[in-house]
Amino acid sequence: MDQKDQKINGSQALWRSLEAEGVHTVFGYPGGQIMPVYDALSTYSGDIRHILVRHEQGAIHAAQGYARVTGEPGVVIVTSGPGATNVVTGIVDAMSDSTPLVVITGQVALAALGTDAFQEADVTGLTGPITKWNYQIRRAEDVAWAVSRAFYVARSGRPGPVVLDFTKDAQTGLTDFQYKKCTFIRSYIPDPEPSEAALDEAVRLLDAAERPLCVFGQGVLISHAEAQLQAFLRKGDIPAGSTMLGLSALPSDFPLYQGMIGMHGNVAPNVKTGECDVLVAVGMRFDDRVTGKVSGYAPQAKVIHIDIDRAELGKIIPAQVRICGDAGQVLAVLTERMAGGSHTAWVESFRACAETEREKVIDPQIHPAGGAIRMGEAVDCVAAVTEGKAIVVTDVGQNQMMGARYSRFARPRSFISSGGLGTMGFGLPAAIGAKLAASERPVCLFVGDGGIQMTLQELGTIMQEGIGVKIVLLNNNWLGNVRQWQELFFGCRYSQTRMLNPDYGKIADAYGIRYRSVEDRAGLEPAVREMFSDDAPCLLDVRVMEEDNVMPMVPPGRSVGEMMLTEKEWYRK
Amino acid sequence: MDNTVKNYTVSIFTENQIGLLAQISNVFTRRNLSIWSLSAGASSIEGIHNITIITEATERRIREAVLQIEKRVDVVKAFYYTDEQIVYRELALYKVPTDKLLDGGNLEDLLARNNARIVEMNRTFTVIQKTGHTHETQRLYEELQEVGVLQFVRSGRIALSRSAQEPVQGFLQERQAEKERRRAAREQQEK
Repeated sequence: MDQKDQKINGSQALWRSLEAEGVHTVFGYPGGQIMPVYDALSTYSGDIRHILVRHEQGAIHAAQGYARVTGEPGVVIVTSGPGATNVVTGIVDAMSDSTPLVVITGQVALAALGTDAFQEADVTGLTGPITKWNYQIRRAEDVAWAVSRAFYVARSGRPGPVVLDFTKDAQTGLTDFQYKKCTFIRSYIPDPEPSEAALDEAVRLLDAAERPLCVFGQGVLISHAEAQLQAFLRKGDIPAGSTMLGLSALPSDFPLYQGMIGMHGNVAPNVKTGECDVLVAVGMRFDDRVTGKVSGYAPQAKVIHIDIDRAELGKIIPAQVRICGDAGQVLAVLTERMAGGSHTAWVESFRACAETEREKVIDPQIHPAGGAIRMGEAVDCVAAVTEGKAIVVTDVGQNQMMGARYSRFARPRSFISSGGLGTMGFGLPAAIGAKLAASERPVCLFVGDGGIQMTLQELGTIMQEGIGVKIVLLNNNWLGNVRQWQELFFGCRYSQTRMLNPDYGKIADAYGIRYRSVEDRAGLEPAVREMFSDDAPCLLDVRVMEEDNVMPMVPPGRSVGEMMLTEKEWYRK
Repeated sequence: MDNTVKNYTVSIFTENQIGLLAQISNVFTRRNLSIWSLSAGASSIEGIHNITIITEATERRIREAVLQIEKRVDVVKAFYYTDEQIVYRELALYKVPTDKLLDGGNLEDLLARNNARIVEMNRTFTVIQKTGHTHETQRLYEELQEVGVLQFVRSGRIALSRSAQEPVQGFLQERQAEKERRRAAREQQEK
């Protein structure tokens, strides 16, 4: 190949680099210091689709939704200064939830750096602690190198967000273009080799276990280790609970699956965490919403912790066996080497907890005798109508917990939510990204009347691009989760949680989005059926019971087995 | 787990990336760990920089911080040591009035006892230099208070591990071998 490419500018090099990384969709918003990149887009003839959002926060949450569904880095392009600072929340969210992102921010010209120029912000300084890697591109010659490195870092190991701060000089400077994918960085080991000694010790513990329990997280999805997890659980006859971000890694009807763990998780896996003799944690990081009071978390159990991020091993919960490696690879080795087990009585013992929860919590929530529609009821109705095949996206708060508890999943990567950071406003744009990533699947957003107003402007993106997101607004006229805490822990002093809502029908109408509202139980299922009868965007405004609480609940400061079933009743064996 | 709070020297080897120093110090400040001293410069390996930070913490906290530092993509390797595990020094400079220093009459004795030396002297002031541990440079500072210290400055700690080789050397050799193995495997595949 002697033929030398003609020189192109850095902005053109960016688009060609993105293409070389297999990017199909980018989310962005133009502005002064990124104009050469948008100018290059106007003459770009490739297949990349640019989605124009209404606010940069919308771009980054959409890219997060896209990344979580595809497993590939979501790409965001914004301008300097406010464009860059508006994506900061999403970057922290992605860092917390291990979401691969490549965020490209415009930056002023080299000569203006540090002069407090118009729309200048110290983006690499600001984003240093909240990115997996960041880099300021100062020369057009470095564009291909920086982009290839960014994608390699974002998607390998424990994925995360990367920021490329793209100076004006680099956007307009001329360069030869040759793209070489990054596959190796000497100071960075994304594929650690699990220690043989640790694997052997884990096998020994698993073979000797009488009451083993597996808790798994999003690491299983990131590693595409769903099949390996099933094989591991089956061979060991090990019951399993999922973190919120691990949801859908196992199908909801998998026989050994016991539900979600944590603050609003299911009773059985939470209570049994305090009874197991060996706890295997796979691709999860013992978030405080999972553990409750740390000293009360499985003190009786020997813990085997498997994670690709060495810094997570032993960070919160001391582990007897620490295995640093890829979830799928480690599970496959353990499954092969362990003798296999049968723990019928132990597995059976989960049922009593589950039955108590069904009677005290689930049935009253999804089959109430009367009164207003309950949030769980709406979620359950969507699960029934979509047969668990929808991608469920949630915002943050009661809608999220209800969405997590009452959705059912038939396929992996079907639950998208803001976990570690708990970002209200995440839901609507994330659902846009999810739908663009999987246009053939129904995407259902559960969102509250608080969260939807935080990024409401993205209805404009849905309108312009015709994105078939199904929005289920669980409307209770409260900031429900905070109201719940005020009721339970702050003496019913409802400080600043009552919300006067706008007319969502008029808002939907203004954006040309189909709107239905439903207040009566009888109207719920027909409305949900109608919503999923086509692929058009739709807003279903469900007027739910106003002062409802998410139960069961491990109150803050309590051990994970100490669960409230109702406002007055605690779980007792 | 040992919960005693000790002095730790954290020695970090990095690729030369702008902004890395801020990210590394952030790992400490975010965990409410004070940085008592910090020095940065070249290491004995070409292209690899060293940052040495002194902090006080329990071993558990320091281990956490070091693992987080190693997660930074451009950090090659980070180590932590207690004082016994390293050879370390600081450099101190003292500016004192020359007339009073000479009036004291015990200059030779002072320099010899403290293993210090004069690096500049003029009619107005004299600059004395001393290397050593903090308590040693502090002792000289207190002794010089008698003649009056006009200015005083102490560097961050620099340290060498007690191992024979630069501890990061082995790691870099392994990574180089890994890179070559991969290249060979790729070329094999392409054939």
